[in-house]
Amino acid sequence: MAPDRDIEIELRLLIEAIYLKYNYDFRDYSGASFKRRVRHALQQFNCNTITALQERIMHEPSAFMQLLQYLTIPVSEMFRDPSYYLALRQQVVPLLKTYPSVKVWVAGCSTGEEVYSLAILLKEEGLLERSIIYATDINPRSLEKAERGIFSLENIRTYTENYQKAGGQRAFSDYYTAAYEGALFDKSLRENVTFADHSLATDSVFSETQLVSCRNVLIYFNKALQDRAFGLFHESLCHRGFLGLGSKESLDFSSYAKRFEPLVKSERIFRKA
Amino acid sequence: MNTGTLDSLLLSRASALEAVVIGASAGGVQALLQIFAGLGADYRLPIVTVLHLPDDRRSQLAEVFQQRLGVRVKEADDKESLQGGTLYFAASGYHLLIENDRSFSLSREEPLHFSRPSIDVLFESAADVYGPALMGVLLTGANEDGAQGIATIKQLGGLTVVQDPADAQVPTMPEAALALGPADFVLPIPGIQALLAELNKSQC
Ligand SMILES: C[S@@+](CC[C@H](N)C(=O)[O-])C[C@H]1O[C@@H](n2cnc3c(N)ncnc32)[C@H](O)[C@@H]1O
Repeated sequence: MAPDRDIEIELRLLIEAIYLKYNYDFRDYSGASFKRRVRHALQQFNCNTITALQERIMHEPSAFMQLLQYLTIPVSEMFRDPSYYLALRQQVVPLLKTYPSVKVWVAGCSTGEEVYSLAILLKEEGLLERSIIYATDINPRSLEKAERGIFSLENIRTYTENYQKAGGQRAFSDYYTAAYEGALFDKSLRENVTFADHSLATDSVFSETQLVSCRNVLIYFNKALQDRAFGLFHESLCHRGFLGLGSKESLDFSSYAKRFEPLVKSERIFRKA
Repeated sequence: MNTGTLDSLLLSRASALEAVVIGASAGGVQALLQIFAGLGADYRLPIVTVLHLPDDRRSQLAEVFQQRLGVRVKEADDKESLQGGTLYFAASGYHLLIENDRSFSLSREEPLHFSRPSIDVLFESAADVYGPALMGVLLTGANEDGAQGIATIKQLGGLTVVQDPADAQVPTMPEAALALGPADFVLPIPGIQALLAELNKSQC
């Protein structure tokens, strides 16, 4: 193994190269897990050093796209943490219903599982038709997959259990058709969804929203970048708008702590103060 | 246990230690309660523990240990800074890592050795940050998580402790670690308990 300092230097150069060449900004990500993912990518790319990997991605855009798959952790689940969705349904939806139209921002939506879960919830609450969901991510392949709305049948059992625990009111199978490629989710669920490339690290606010759901994205950011993201959410949310985070994410270490108040503390659901 | 060599090796290294990381799997709750039994709130080092448990049982881990121990016990939060006198447990369903600024970060990457949190992930990130100032302890368990982590800690100059397989409720995990190379200490539970206590003394 190369001395540690060399690895730190090579990593910084790689991150800088990615930023200058492809405009993806990983400079303020949590270093430890980023390093882990780069090391994992080295094996997959058969590169001995990070510098060799940098050479590859500098001259082969398709190799960068492949690297991005390792760097972005495209893992998700439908109704992951059912109690979060139950809390949204019971404590946020009644308040959302008082708005003539509802805009929801799912930031870091990955392959779309969270988006479809929210769409199902809003549909059952009679809100989907007057809602617009913005589903954003930095990984174009994940966004394409999200837009297709086809999920592996292998996971459907877990998703069905999650859906029921999340207060689902129908048979989960009402929402998809089982086909050879997987479970095809109902097109009507994404009629009001806009999928878009947007980075919490480099882009700005694009719309006013009533609810922002950003789960398991902020853990990959350092405090400074977390603050940037909270700033965007704060700016986008309407007066008294709602913010939902992942089950291990908090505002505790952020300068925005005082500008949000907990609504359902255990589920990390906050309201603009 | 040969306390003579233990003392001299420890004396030369203990004052430089900044953190202890511990991994345990099957049989781990009992083992951990025993090795932590004597620790008080004045313990100088942060201790970070990954214990494999089914997801639904893990959430109360910190509470259960807090009721029985003198040292402060809590689940490690994302972006929280490590502090001495505190026993941290990794949260359920997330990998736990340590950053260069000595704070925690969490990750939802794929499980490693069917485990999330994984001992290897914690150990390797801690070794990167602390190098020779880290001690790693691997206890009883039925899989191979932690073996690579112990090897990395050793490689980067840290101190390694593996539970004597003959003393372990399930020896697979300690055996896997020893198969990759020798550890600085191979000890039964009472020896590990004594060593943790000794570390505190030699630092005051
Ligand atoms: C672990 S997934 C979370 C998926 C989903 N929100 C969930 O909780 O199941 C993390 C996602 O964050 C995205 N991401 C990483 N950096 C981002 C950035 N700067 N802006 C927006 N999304 C980002 C990744 O591409 C990835 O899809």
